[in-house]
Amino acid sequence: MVVYQLADREVDRMFRALADPTRRDIFERVIGRGLSVSTLAHDYEMSFAAVQKHVSVLERAALVTKERHGREQIVHGNVSTLRRATELLKAFEEIWIGRATRIAEILGEKGSE
Amino acid sequence: MMTVISTVADPETLSLTVVAEFEASPERVWGVWENPRRLERWWGPPSYPATFTRHDFSVGGESRYYMTGPDGGTPHGYWRMFTIDEPNQLEFANGLAGDDGEPQLGVEPMAAHVTFELIDGGTRMTSMSSFVDAAQMKTMLDMGMSEGMTQAVSQIDELL
Repeated sequence: MVVYQLADREVDRMFRALADPTRRDIFERVIGRGLSVSTLAHDYEMSFAAVQKHVSVLERAALVTKERHGREQIVHGNVSTLRRATELLKAFEEIWIGRATRIAEILGEKGSE
Repeated sequence: MMTVISTVADPETLSLTVVAEFEASPERVWGVWENPRRLERWWGPPSYPATFTRHDFSVGGESRYYMTGPDGGTPHGYWRMFTIDEPNQLEFANGLAGDDGEPQLGVEPMAAHVTFELIDGGTRMTSMSSFVDAAQMKTMLDMGMSEGMTQAVSQIDELL
């Protein structure tokens, strides 16, 4: 039980991390291929420190991991974390598809006019 | 006949939009929401049927319901209606209730906005659900609303 609660908090951190458009953009760009913090910083109209801060938020949310390569820090996207969120929403999607299916059955019954 | 046109899950805004079309007028589709005896035939899955003990389908009105699980458990829930615009749209909060059936304090309800559009030969129903956070989503799921819930929840537990 405690394990789940911790896990939920983890997912919350992820949602908050993705609520910011810059962080969302960073995350999307580092999925599949790693990019250095300086490469990322180059593409945004904000300071290196500001980009680094965004990366840290993503890192705390387990959405990215940082890896040191010489003087560079390479940021990698962590897709499995995003999968968790998607799975939660998918469960609700199944609920609504089930509901729509049952509504159609009720509407299709004879004498239900 | 029913066609699910699209489902869009947005993990960034924590929202889910499901669009379905029915071969029935908006008035008739509205009826399955308004009539509690009809509503309880589809709100919960067959394994977790819902019973509405109160259904005040008016602005500011509230509903009380419980679901009966295969293990005999009866989790309670409530609705609070914000918009009732027959037969165009409705907005309501859907939250968890305690064993006394009354809303549980400290647990944020989820928000639902449902629209009904007249289309050629029927109605397009768009349901938008908005969630506060992952913990709330998980709590609502644990209430047992899911079709094939055991499977869905165990998949999530695996991932968490």
